[in-house]
Amino acid sequence: MDLLAWTYLLVGLSFALYLGIAIWSRAGSTQEFYVAGGGVSPLANGLATAADWMSAASFMSMAGIISFSGYDGSVYLMGWTGGYVLLALLLAPYLRKFGKFTVPDFVGDRYYSNKARVVAVTCALFISFTYVAGQMRGVGIVFSRYLELPIEWGVVIGMAIVFFYAVLGGMKGITYTQVAQYCVLIFAYMVPAIFISMQLTGNPIPQLGLGGDVAEGVPLLDKLDGVLGDLGFSDYTSGKKSIPDLFMITLALMVGTAGLPHVIVRFFTVPKVKDARLSAGYALAFIAILYTTAPAVAAFGMYNIIQSTSEKPIDQLPEWVQNWQQTKLIQIEDKNGDGLVQYLPDPASNELKIDKDIMVLAGPEIALLPDWVVGLVAAGAMAAALSTAAGLLLVISTSISRDLFKTFRPNISDKKELRIARISAAGAVILAGYFGINPPGFVAEVVAFAFGLAASSFFPVILLGIFSTRVNKEGAIAGMLTGLVFTISYISYFKFVHPELNTAEHWWWGISPEGIGSLGMALNFLVCFGVSWLTPPPPKKVKELIQEIRIPKGAGKAYDH
Amino acid sequence: MSPSPSKMEQYWKKNLQTLGILLFIWFVVSFGFGILWVEELNTIRIGGYKLGFWFAQQGAIYSFVVLIFSYVIRMNSLDKEFKVNED
Repeated sequence: MDLLAWTYLLVGLSFALYLGIAIWSRAGSTQEFYVAGGGVSPLANGLATAADWMSAASFMSMAGIISFSGYDGSVYLMGWTGGYVLLALLLAPYLRKFGKFTVPDFVGDRYYSNKARVVAVTCALFISFTYVAGQMRGVGIVFSRYLELPIEWGVVIGMAIVFFYAVLGGMKGITYTQVAQYCVLIFAYMVPAIFISMQLTGNPIPQLGLGGDVAEGVPLLDKLDGVLGDLGFSDYTSGKKSIPDLFMITLALMVGTAGLPHVIVRFFTVPKVKDARLSAGYALAFIAILYTTAPAVAAFGMYNIIQSTSEKPIDQLPEWVQNWQQTKLIQIEDKNGDGLVQYLPDPASNELKIDKDIMVLAGPEIALLPDWVVGLVAAGAMAAALSTAAGLLLVISTSISRDLFKTFRPNISDKKELRIARISAAGAVILAGYFGINPPGFVAEVVAFAFGLAASSFFPVILLGIFSTRVNKEGAIAGMLTGLVFTISYISYFKFVHPELNTAEHWWWGISPEGIGSLGMALNFLVCFGVSWLTPPPPKKVKELIQEIRIPKGAGKAYDH
Repeated sequence: MSPSPSKMEQYWKKNLQTLGILLFIWFVVSFGFGILWVEELNTIRIGGYKLGFWFAQQGAIYSFVVLIFSYVIRMNSLDKEFKVNED
């Protein structure tokens, strides 16, 4: 069998598996549609959360980003895992005890205000839409690279699959497909990583291989520092970003992670408060497997690419370099006409352009693994993109059917609400697909938006809602709006209005737009406290609600109050 | 059915203490070892790793996993002690 046949077979099998699960786990009520009936085991929820969290970007691009930024890439590794500590300790158990279906539900009830609820829904929708467009694009890219189909076709097929199991199964269908998708994606990520680690360092565990020695008995990381240094790049193990900027970006990503609605909602699906805590632990453990392997894949990939291309004759490059040149993920141009490849920091004389996705996608070929492993990586990338897309689509459909529709039409029947949820899921799939085919030019920039907004809007308000009995609706609304407006303005100014000024000397205190969510969050906290103190305390009923969510005892299944 | 208000206050206080300790460690392993003191730690080596770099790309993540499981164990016993557990 050739490579294309293997890829079709493995991707096809994984799709058949997801569809099978979808039919088996059809949702029959709004409770099943929104929170899978609240009966998911902590282990299954941990697996599903891990798949939900790890997107096409985590799977395909993260290792490459670290390859090119070295130590600076640590902000993503720490930021996107450290948020789970905040989630597990500060939010998940209490939100589970609260026992409703969505984040805007909590904001609306805790702050006894539909205005607060609408602000929260708006944030949730904006965050989820920016995210889901990128996932659909990811599906399209995988299809076009591996199955030799146009990107548009890839997006349409991806839409059809997600449509089927998200619209039919709701949260229940999504949960059990995500469990399967985690298994597919982690296997696909680890197999090439293990073999490359063996080849380079003789150690099969990539996490140890990264600290191991390359053939000459020199530690890999030292060798990489040396090789990059000789070419004029900065050291791999020390960064270029300033300490305040590293600090603020890491904080914004951590807090943003803890505030993302599609992650939070996963903790509504377990039966008990203690299950919510435990499943956060499982989720992070499963995420950590990929996140501690990624820096190893990054360093191995960089080392391999430099060793096999730098100063080598252009007509004698290894086969995989030639293969990936066809897809334009590797581009070589002999600018000085000496017949050799020069990889240099100066774009004017650099002759080698490498797409960041190559570190993962070309892994199997670099390690000379059989064709079926290539097919496996394709199925893994697809699993990562589809699982995240489905989780986001559910948040979008729930926001519309429940937080908007039901809030203003409280008397609709369960059956009708379920139908509206399905219709909005269908609408969201189509809209996401449209953005996947016609991506807005700023997909990369909007990721900074999503995290910045989650950090500066949701996180402070949910945290204070649990840990303070004094914070009231005036404070929450003022805080959320301040955080939002500040963060949106700062990011827009540097990303869209004056992109030419987007350099360290123009930033406030050296904080880049990626890290500004931290400051937005701080402002949100300050305003929320200040305004709350100047206005009347929340009613007695709300104080009782807070006391109630602080103790685990008496958590029923997630229900409709 | 609900525990008395003073018991409840004690439970909450102990919970906050646990959170304080765990979040302090959370801050030190990531923002501390991984960012603020990374250069100092990089003078120490374990195998082929510089220690600061190891914390930033590996150690902090392992610590996070351990922190969450410590929290789970601590809270489960606290819940039982104050009889606010669910089963």
